Amino acid sequence: MNTKPMEDSQMDTEALLPDGFFDGLAEPAPGTLERLHARLAAAAADRQLIDVSYRTVDSPLGRLLLAATERGLVRVAFALEDHDAVLQALADKLGPRILEAPSRLDTTARELEEYFAGTRRSFDVPLDFALSRGFRLSVLEHLPHIAYGSTESYADVAKAAGSPKAVRAVGSACATNPLPVVVPCHRVVRSDGSFGGYLGGPEAKRTLLALEAA
Amino acid sequence: MGKPPFERVVSAHGAVVLRVCRAVLGAHDAEDAWSETFLSALKAYPELPEDAAVQAWLVTIAHRKAIDILRARQRHALPMDELPPRESPLGIPGGGHPEVLDAVGQLPPKQRQAVAYHYLAGLPYKDISELLGVTPEAARRAGADGVKALRAALAEASAPASKGTSR
Repeated sequence: MNTKPMEDSQMDTEALLPDGFFDGLAEPAPGTLERLHARLAAAAADRQLIDVSYRTVDSPLGRLLLAATERGLVRVAFALEDHDAVLQALADKLGPRILEAPSRLDTTARELEEYFAGTRRSFDVPLDFALSRGFRLSVLEHLPHIAYGSTESYADVAKAAGSPKAVRAVGSACATNPLPVVVPCHRVVRSDGSFGGYLGGPEAKRTLLALEAA
Repeated sequence: MGKPPFERVVSAHGAVVLRVCRAVLGAHDAEDAWSETFLSALKAYPELPEDAAVQAWLVTIAHRKAIDILRARQRHALPMDELPPRESPLGIPGGGHPEVLDAVGQLPPKQRQAVAYHYLAGLPYKDISELLGVTPEAARRAGADGVKALRAALAEASAPASKGTSR
């Protein structure tokens, strides 16, 4: 026990406190922080203070990160892209006011669920292409015109996007598609019919094409 | 790489800010103060310097929000020190000291704030003195007096029930 004479140093006052003294203050009822978080997300959305809302969903391709601005869905990310790194990149590009707000992405989550169940063939949530510009944007804007269950070659897409010679650029536009699955870059394959690369991994591309062929 | 997503700020500091709000305002008003604090923080977050001490920044905002709530309470003629009845012990797991929240509520406001900001949020007394508008010595004394009073209140509260502290 500390019996030194009164001296207002931090050490001395801390020595007066038994261990766990503040435990009663420390833990509010279980679920309190979750409830307050939901309240914060709702109030922030009402006041338009959120740059990006996000949630995750489970899918046959693993856990997907869904992120949206007020304009629409801005990013879909596979687990192998590292969701924390994706959120940091969104903070850097679109603003750091980023909150997990599942309800704002309910429609997207439901449409994805229907898509993976085979009952939906196209998405009708608003999209925000803020992360893409120039020729890559032209490519992405063309992709939703490739019908469910069919494919186009990189050369076909280059022609459709207005630059028939930019076949490699189509490849990089697909490889950096910020909205995979929803913007169907998986429907772009090599001219010889082989799959080509995919940012979710070749297995993911195979899964999606098999789903749509069923 | 810039500032982390605000979600990370909430998950890293939400619990501490809630503890501070509970100590300063009591369990009931703490939730309003927490919400107002993080809403204000979210709004100002893009302008926060990247090297800022985030927890101290949040506590500063919480302090201002708590004062707003205390003033509103005064306007409604409630005594400033009055706290809502003690929460059900069900809400407080793990054999802590639920009576501490009551005891903190009995402290004069400056002692209560000094204890919360120093012992719960880890703010140095220099920062606390600026928040409270007093000298660093006065802030340190408020913290020390507050802890002494709490310790006495706790000893009194646990003695008759003789529950004993875990050893």
